[in-house]
Amino acid sequence: MEAAAEPGNLAGVRHIILVLSGKGGVGKSTISTELALALRHAGKKGKAVHQCDSGWVPVFVDQEQSISLMSVGFLLEKPDEAVVWRGPKKNALIKQFVSDVAWGQLDYLVVDTPPGTSDEHMAVVDALRPYSPLGALVVTTPQAVSVGDVRRELTFCKKVGLRVIGVVENMSGFVCPHCAECTNIFSRGGGEELARHAGVPFLGSVPLDPELTRSLEEGRDFIQGFPESPAFPALSCIAQKILNEAPVGLC
Amino acid sequence: MEEVPHDCPGVSSAQAGRGASCQGCPNQGICASGAGAAPDPAIEEIKERMKTVKHKILVLSGKGGVGKSTFSAHLAHGLAEDENTQVALLDIDICGPSIPKIMGLEGEQVHQSGSGWSPVFLEDNLGVMSVGFLLSSPDDAVIWRGPKKNGMIKQFLRDVDWGEVDYLIVDTPPGTSDEHLSAVQYLAAAHIDGAVIITTPQEVSLQDVRKEISFCHKVKLPIIGVVENMSSFTCPKCQKESQIFPPTTGGAEVMCQDLKVPLLGKVPLDPRIGKSCDKGESFFAEVPDSPATLAYRSIIQRIQESCSLRQPKGENLVGS
Repeated sequence: MEAAAEPGNLAGVRHIILVLSGKGGVGKSTISTELALALRHAGKKGKAVHQCDSGWVPVFVDQEQSISLMSVGFLLEKPDEAVVWRGPKKNALIKQFVSDVAWGQLDYLVVDTPPGTSDEHMAVVDALRPYSPLGALVVTTPQAVSVGDVRRELTFCKKVGLRVIGVVENMSGFVCPHCAECTNIFSRGGGEELARHAGVPFLGSVPLDPELTRSLEEGRDFIQGFPESPAFPALSCIAQKILNEAPVGLC
Repeated sequence: MEEVPHDCPGVSSAQAGRGASCQGCPNQGICASGAGAAPDPAIEEIKERMKTVKHKILVLSGKGGVGKSTFSAHLAHGLAEDENTQVALLDIDICGPSIPKIMGLEGEQVHQSGSGWSPVFLEDNLGVMSVGFLLSSPDDAVIWRGPKKNGMIKQFLRDVDWGEVDYLIVDTPPGTSDEHLSAVQYLAAAHIDGAVIITTPQEVSLQDVRKEISFCHKVKLPIIGVVENMSSFTCPKCQKESQIFPPTTGGAEVMCQDLKVPLLGKVPLDPRIGKSCDKGESFFAEVPDSPATLAYRSIIQRIQESCSLRQPKGENLVGS
């Protein structure tokens, strides 16, 4: 198996977190990004990453090289290019991402996934299995239509033996900037109920904040830029719970 | 260092299994043996089935969670309000089948008849099919790889007895992968009217939607137009507008201008839409005067107009 042949590339990674959801558009990528930023802000010192010639080098987000990133997006010639691949090809690329990227010494590897329970999910769990991933963070929005899909994702986790760190409920309410009235645009309560039903921890609710979207699109660090935002305490709390689950120790 | 795999040449192309990009693909042996080159007999069978279906519309988006299923369901409701219009709604999101819940048909089962599978009828003139109806529990996960999902889609198109249908609406999962390729390939001989593409205003969505538009061009699928969903939010208390998903790069309007595709309309965010979907009820019935309802109705009308401009099904048309 490729993973055994190349123990080097993921051997220096201490914890792996898969961010999953059965449902699309709930905020997996947003939560993955914010989690990465929050973990970085929690003071984990960036260790030096070796620039290898024998593997793909991940893209560094910041000067201190404390966050690195790999995505098929970097491999496209044009941003509008469609990746029209069937399952087997997607699986092959995911295996390459796991075995051929020189990640170096990392405290956390956060894996953002597409919605569903199909090729990509099976491929990434298979590829990461030798490295004992820490677990899965499952994202939902409050409404029943989301929860309906995410329950299936929790079944997937159980079936493949992936530990669920907990459920995050995203887009939990919107506070009107004009009058401060909170409206539950996508309903409420679904995330907590789902966690209870599945017997997994509920990690918290993140409210809707247009500034979060804006800062993501402009590539800014939301955690640093918007500590006043209603989303900030929720995100920090979730990151803290993850850190408590998987302490990195003295570093 | 292995090269990034380039696009698959296609299982039925002359290069199948032989191209440089085939190296390492698990299907290489099958393709090289020529087994993939023979046309799938299902395509002709599906063409036969689709003879009684006048218009076929695919609802797509590169991005997840923009409202494809919500839109598909309400397009179906809107068209079916005219009792003389026969409407069929097919959900090909195999891993996350939302349509049964949104249509209020959770727990329904599919029955077999002599002429094939019977869709689940919400009204006499509105039939629905989804993998959701084949699952016994709401917790069941459909953990299938591409080929099995494709097989299911083939069955839905070939084996469901839709009867005489004016509009077949196909709701898809996000992306540009197996399900989308299969739908287009299996319907190749049956002439798809076109795709309605759903987006939300922010660049993160538009980025994926541009890829979906590329996909449509690649597979020669006509684009009926783009719908911008969750456009703006009016606070129920102070009535002031906010943009929850800010159109940082001009929203769908600018994208449509750039890519020269029609913008069918913009639908505002209304919390009552989500609630209706959760309850499995038609939003049009719940809140007939909401700006969102009016926006939907205008978009549905434009879609109907677009479909009527295309030749009505009746003759054997060469696929698009």
